Amino acid sequence: MITDISLYEVLTITTLLFFIGVYGFITRKNLISMLISVELILNASVLNFVFFNQYLYPEMLQGAIFSIFIIAVAAAETALAVAIIINLYRKISSVEVADVENMKY
Amino acid sequence: MDILTLFVALPALTILALIFAKDLRQSRTIAMVGSLIQLGMALNLLFAYFRERAINKEVFVFVKDVVWFESFNIHYSIGVDAISVVLILLTSIVVLAGVFISWKMPELPKEFFISLVVLSAGVYGFFISTDLFTMFVFYELAVIPMYLLIGIWGSGPREYAAMKLTLMLMGASAVLLVGILGIYFNSNADGGALTFNLLQIAEVNIPFEAQKLFFPLTFIGFAVIGALFPFHTWSPDGHASAPTAVSMLHAGVLMKLGGYGVFRVALFLLPEGALHWSWFFIILSAIGVIYGAFAAIKQTDLKYINAYSSVSHLGMVLFALLMLNKTAWNGAILQSLSHGFMTALFFALIGMIYGRTHTRDVTKLGGLLKVIPFISVIYVIAGLASLGLPGFSGFVAEMNIFVGAFQHDNLFYRIATIVSVSAIVVTAVYILRVVGMMLMGPVKNDAYLQLEKATWFERTGILLLLIPIVIIGVAPLWLSNAILDSLTPFLAHLT
Amino acid sequence: MDISHALLIPMIPLLIFLVLGVFYNKIKPAVSGYVGVMGMLVSFGLSIYTAYQYFLVNGQIDGVYQSISQKTVWMRFTDTLHIDMGVLIDPISVMMLVVVSTISLMVQIYSRGYMKGDSGYTKFFAYLSLFTFSMFGLVLATNLFQIYIFWELVGVSSFLLIGYYYTKPSAVAAAKKAFIVTRFADFGFLIGILIIGYYTGTYDFETLNQPDGAAILSWTSGSFMGLSILTWALILIFIGGAGKSAMFPLHIWLPDAMEGPTPVSALIHAATMVVAGVFLVARLFPMYYFVEDGFALQVVAYVGAFSALFAAVIAVTQTDIKRVLAFSTMSQLGYMMLALGVSGYEGHEGVGYTASMFHLFTHAMFKALLFLGAGSVIHAVHSNYLKDMGGLRKFMPLTNITFLVAALAISGVPPLAGFWSKDEILVAAFEQNKLIYLVGVLVAGLTAFYIFRIYFGIFWGKETQYKHPPQESPASMTLPLVILAFLSIVVGFIPFSEFISADKAGFEGHLNYPLAAIATAVGLVGIGLAYFFYKKENDLSDRFVHAFGQFYTWTFHKFYFDELYLFITKKILFKNVSYPIAYFDKKYVDGTMEGVGNKTVWFSEKIKKIQSGRLQDYAFAFVSGVVVLALIFVYFLKN
Repeated sequence: MITDISLYEVLTITTLLFFIGVYGFITRKNLISMLISVELILNASVLNFVFFNQYLYPEMLQGAIFSIFIIAVAAAETALAVAIIINLYRKISSVEVADVENMKY
Repeated sequence: MDILTLFVALPALTILALIFAKDLRQSRTIAMVGSLIQLGMALNLLFAYFRERAINKEVFVFVKDVVWFESFNIHYSIGVDAISVVLILLTSIVVLAGVFISWKMPELPKEFFISLVVLSAGVYGFFISTDLFTMFVFYELAVIPMYLLIGIWGSGPREYAAMKLTLMLMGASAVLLVGILGIYFNSNADGGALTFNLLQIAEVNIPFEAQKLFFPLTFIGFAVIGALFPFHTWSPDGHASAPTAVSMLHAGVLMKLGGYGVFRVALFLLPEGALHWSWFFIILSAIGVIYGAFAAIKQTDLKYINAYSSVSHLGMVLFALLMLNKTAWNGAILQSLSHGFMTALFFALIGMIYGRTHTRDVTKLGGLLKVIPFISVIYVIAGLASLGLPGFSGFVAEMNIFVGAFQHDNLFYRIATIVSVSAIVVTAVYILRVVGMMLMGPVKNDAYLQLEKATWFERTGILLLLIPIVIIGVAPLWLSNAILDSLTPFLAHLT
Repeated sequence: MDISHALLIPMIPLLIFLVLGVFYNKIKPAVSGYVGVMGMLVSFGLSIYTAYQYFLVNGQIDGVYQSISQKTVWMRFTDTLHIDMGVLIDPISVMMLVVVSTISLMVQIYSRGYMKGDSGYTKFFAYLSLFTFSMFGLVLATNLFQIYIFWELVGVSSFLLIGYYYTKPSAVAAAKKAFIVTRFADFGFLIGILIIGYYTGTYDFETLNQPDGAAILSWTSGSFMGLSILTWALILIFIGGAGKSAMFPLHIWLPDAMEGPTPVSALIHAATMVVAGVFLVARLFPMYYFVEDGFALQVVAYVGAFSALFAAVIAVTQTDIKRVLAFSTMSQLGYMMLALGVSGYEGHEGVGYTASMFHLFTHAMFKALLFLGAGSVIHAVHSNYLKDMGGLRKFMPLTNITFLVAALAISGVPPLAGFWSKDEILVAAFEQNKLIYLVGVLVAGLTAFYIFRIYFGIFWGKETQYKHPPQESPASMTLPLVILAFLSIVVGFIPFSEFISADKAGFEGHLNYPLAAIATAVGLVGIGLAYFFYKKENDLSDRFVHAFGQFYTWTFHKFYFDELYLFITKKILFKNVSYPIAYFDKKYVDGTMEGVGNKTVWFSEKIKKIQSGRLQDYAFAFVSGVVVLALIFVYFLKN
């Protein structure tokens, strides 16, 4: 445990990280950048898991294990998303969000 | 398996067999055999009922109860009294006649018969259930195939008609569901558990405020399918587009679910609400009676005429039910039965005429009595039965309704009765108009001179429907006694 | 007295109807006619036997004729209200049995000749049997509802028979009109029945007709617009009767009903069915008489008198011989109604009642004869119109003589049947109401005039040249004519008042000589006038037509009642009720339902833009939703 750093400081960091991710996800025009933003969000939550685990129940490991689990899922998800994006690129030669709106109404 | 569950199980078996049918011949044979057995079972049930009734004086007999959804206390509980027995008999006859009438169904025969049988299974299930929720499930089961039957095998603007019909009936179901849940959540008013069981709820004193609130919901929910003015407009369009057998089944059987539901649920479980609201719905149904009759005068499409006539006749059923006395209720049940046979007969005949002349416009037809005598004579008979000629079931039913309604102590109800009675004149006008224009007079089109005479399966279908009309019309006492006997517990509950 | 054989009387025609109807295609015409006549013969024999047993052997106890009934419950409404099916034997029902079976038998024999070669021969006999069955059921009815049931059935047989020539549009229209007009009247009848059931608690005639019974006394129990509710009920029932009996203003169907084959007109629209209304009032006579001191009976009297006069005036101007006879029927029915209306109850006071039934009886004979004679003429000439006839006495001697007998009978010339009954009616009217008496005398004169107008027009008058010389009808047609002519002469001598009277006790009837002389004189004047006008071809009649001018035109067009009804039904009911309702239904009721659907679609069109397909929009909505919810939870829903 790092002394002098309380859970609040850590949570502030992760919250910032999370909202940076959200902001990126909403504003980025490129699908890849959006994917990266999603990674930021995930990482923010992974950090939260780890920190909560450490600060509240130091004798338990669930948080840490869960974070590993998330990382694994995130990797799979990213692979999937990239695959979709590549396929999309092959089809319309673009990874711009504006070009991918044929799933409306 | 017990005698009642068979009524739901046999259609399931029929469907299973139909899945393996290859062509029209096979599927119609299977459907016919299935509904023939069904008819045999219904007749057997009728006699079994009379035997059982002699020793068993419960409200429902052949009772069976299986839990199928424990946490909400939903049971598959079944049982019948004379009213459901006769309506089951009506259903089996109309279904069989419907199969005969669809003997030459050209497209997708297998699927057609499957939908037909599903529909009938829903109807049977509805009539045998004594659990509100199970009843509702079967009700939905009966309504849904209607969409397919009209949408796929219909004529004219069929998608539109199917959509309109289904949406209006579903809308009504939504209202009904609220009503049913309202009853359910008040079923522990005297302490005890929440229940959907009709007889158990009937013993509970549901608070008057709740009755006042939920009676209109339940009533309208059921009455829409009973063509209550002003929610009847799905019926003319729906009937006009539906194929013959579907019109028969729909007008003959499905629309009866409305009156039956009103009687079994709304009036039985919410009697104080019924007393409170009856004046209002009396006005609506009396309007329906007159209004349907007048609207029928002006129509030129045979099916529209018959549809509006159904509005008028079924308005009479609701009207009688709301009179809340024994004679009128008896009349309402008889009218349901009689209208079921008559209107199915009408639609069958209309289907035959349309199949031959390819038009349903009465102004274009003429002199058919000379060309297709059998069909025309039966049409005249059906018409006369429909306008309440003695010797046919309609007369018995209407007289019970009128006499019963006129026994009401309140002057307002008696005046409403007089207003409704005037429909007998208007009915005569529109029936005779059709008979005069379409069957009598000179043959308008030379092409009609070569029309094909009625075939054996058409005759069978017609006679199946005509015979009960005459039996009820000539010897009504046994039937009415049986119904009156079953009405007694319901009546006792009212006061 | 055992009356079980009376049950057979209606059953035989019913059986014949079913056999002929079901095996319609398999029976040869000759057989069906034979079966019909034979069955009718049995019913006729049974009726005569019943009448003999009842009137002469054992119908009386202490000088009063008994009502004997045998019935079973057919439909039960409540504990006291039920429809029974059964037979009620009392003087008027037995008399009606005789009338109906006699005329039916005659008409069936006649039809074998008249309808020969018609494609619907078997059907015709089936319908006739149906009608006869219904009519028997009607006259034997034990209660109001049973009479209503058979009332409807005779209505429908009448409909079927008027529309017998169903390819002819005019016949179809006439059949429809007859059914609908009488149906409208039946609406009144039914309401009357409902009211009586509600206030008296019974439909049974024997209970209702107790002069001091609870049913009649209950008239004080409720009132409506100043009259007892039971009086209203009786008036409504009379409306039903007026519809069947073609009383003004519900008479319009009867002339058109002549579109049916002539034997049908003779049977249904002259002798039997149309008297059902009179029979109904007679059946409920104690009620009419005792409820509210006979107010409803007054209505009957005035309506009857007016109809008698009204129809007689129209009959003078018509040129279709069957229509003349139709209006004559209406006029005579008015006569019967009027007689009932002026009748008292006990002993000789009830002479009106007796006279009415007597006239019903004699009228059935001579009016059937007139129609069958007219049918014979039409059969020979193939036209209904006077202009196509003339001088037929040479070609059709038998028809001529029998027609003359009937014409004399209806004119009230002694000693023929019509004289006796008409005289009794006038006596009754004279004792009760002088105004009605005057109308009666006037109608008697008019009757003699119009009937001899057509008699001379057919058999004398101008010597028309025929393309095919008309021939006397075959024996099957003339035999009934001769029998009926014989009956028209003799039935007047039956001492009717001893058999049929309002209180069923009978009384000594006797001729009132001054009144009889007046009536006979008026009748002879009518005949004389007709003789001058129409015996030889001359222009006297045309000059009179000019003298009456506008009045003649109005009369000729039957005072435009048909047009009035057409106006009411076509212009008002169809145009202003039915069409608007259908329009309203399509436009507003259905429109509302459609509107709900359309508005839903419209709304979804409006909001579907939200579903842009851009992932980032959704994410933004999601995040802002979370933020808003979080704010709400943090600041507003702290607890």
